[in-house]
Amino acid sequence: MNTTLLQEATAFIWAESDMLDHNEYQDWLQLWAPEGIYVIPIDQNETDHENTLNYAYDDAQMRHKRVARLTGGEAISSAPVARTVRNVSRLRLLSDDGTKLTVRCAQHLREFRKDRFREHTSDVTYELLREGQGFRIHRKIVKLINSTDTLTAVGYIL
Amino acid sequence: MNAPLQPIHFHRPIGELVQSDRVHTSLYTDPAIFDDEMENIFRNTWVWVAHVSEVPDVGSYKTHWVGKEPVIVVRDRKKQVRVLLNRCRHRAATVCEHKKGKANTFVCPYHGWSYALDGSLRGVPHPESYGDILDKAEHPLVNLRVEEYAGMVFATFKDAIEPLVDYLGPAKKWMDLFMKQGGSFPIKVGGEHRFTFPGNWKIQLENTTDAYHFPLVHRSFLHSVDKQTEEMLDFVGGKGYVEDLGNGHSVMVMIPDLIDLEADLERPIPDRYTELAEALRAEGHEEPKVRQIVRAVGGSGFNLNLFPNIACSMAFFRVLQPISVNKTEIHHSVILMDGGPPAGNRARLRMHEHFQGPLGFGTPDDSEAWERVQAGAHAGRDLWVLLNRGLPAEKRTADGVAGDVSAETGMRAAYQQWKKLMTA
Repeated sequence: MNTTLLQEATAFIWAESDMLDHNEYQDWLQLWAPEGIYVIPIDQNETDHENTLNYAYDDAQMRHKRVARLTGGEAISSAPVARTVRNVSRLRLLSDDGTKLTVRCAQHLREFRKDRFREHTSDVTYELLREGQGFRIHRKIVKLINSTDTLTAVGYIL
Repeated sequence: MNAPLQPIHFHRPIGELVQSDRVHTSLYTDPAIFDDEMENIFRNTWVWVAHVSEVPDVGSYKTHWVGKEPVIVVRDRKKQVRVLLNRCRHRAATVCEHKKGKANTFVCPYHGWSYALDGSLRGVPHPESYGDILDKAEHPLVNLRVEEYAGMVFATFKDAIEPLVDYLGPAKKWMDLFMKQGGSFPIKVGGEHRFTFPGNWKIQLENTTDAYHFPLVHRSFLHSVDKQTEEMLDFVGGKGYVEDLGNGHSVMVMIPDLIDLEADLERPIPDRYTELAEALRAEGHEEPKVRQIVRAVGGSGFNLNLFPNIACSMAFFRVLQPISVNKTEIHHSVILMDGGPPAGNRARLRMHEHFQGPLGFGTPDDSEAWERVQAGAHAGRDLWVLLNRGLPAEKRTADGVAGDVSAETGMRAAYQQWKKLMTA
């Protein structure tokens, strides 16, 4: 097992998680490859996300719009913003072709907003492109374990 | 010991809780009223259960509810759509646990009683213990009465009820108009966003015919779309209208230019669809077809509210499921062109994701507003909810009465039907 590569990917993903929990969205946007897609599918087994209904299917433009919405203060569901703390663990390197590596991990996110405590548990798959000494996100696919159930509003980025 | 839960309306007959211009706040908060609604409304009228595309083949099914009662909507061997109570006739277990799928039979997991797609009881394991006291013909899954219009399937517990087409009345022509958004293809439900909010179901029913909230609650959404779309959605104060269509149904026309999606095909293609039009041409579609699809792809310019639980809302179906007096489940079903161009369907999927669902740019803000209504309704237990907006300028029409686009005419229509059923 290439533990050095796994450590590098882990450090990158942990930094991303930390940015999201601390509302550092402009830095977060910089982590992405221009053609990257952020997906929250409904059907766990679906692979053709482009041609099916998802909770979110964000290209670069939609990611910027989502950040503008979360930080703009106009959306009553995001004012006040939810506080989140996420633990990301159980990282496993699934593949590496020299330019792109695929990492799967567990994300346990706890949310507090107004008077309500909630949690969202997901299986997250990252496709990371090597760039210089670091990575850019090509895909981030967040599979909520309860994605096929009824959900409630999520006013932040999973 | 706690004091018994006292219904808030204890001193007022139910018929007085709905006036021509207001409703009593207990309609949102009183558990006893909720229980009466499940009985007097949801067991006594036509309730939407499916679009035909959700049960396309023999054996295709979905599970749903009529009021609080779980049902299976299934196409039987004779291709007839059945609505069956999801309850084994032996000891009551549900016989189907999946949201959708395909089946040959429904088998109870508890003792193995099995039912055909039309609900008839076929198999009872080890029948010898019953001797001759069990007549299988007497114990089918209970069938509800089912009728369809424009691909919409409705069911009812009430056998002595008017035909669906009479119940829908003038709403039928709006259903026909709405289905034109297939852009010459049949329409197909392509999945849905399901979410709950902590509030009464009628708060959501009102919202579908509420143009007044749009520029305020959806400001952040409006700032995320292009200028042309923002201008198109600036309809409060515009030429639209809300019309009471009878039996609790109403239509809110926000964008009169988009009533008939098969008319005015020669108009210039809006800037936001330039790329889609190019993609459709690249897929080999002729210009008239390109124009028809592009005009249909954004959906209709109106919301049709069908009492009590379904709306044909611009480009999606809004399904409303009461859970309790202060909890409601909503499904927003995406509508696709069945067999239509992938580029067009992708545009519809992305548009749906942009506004709808728990991570959309619209729904979470609606949900927050509805939750606030429910919370506020617990203050002032004898106050009223005002529904008098647009009353002075309301006019008679061929189908009913109509007010301006942000008039509360549609809500008044729904509550008059509510009153009729609750006091019948």
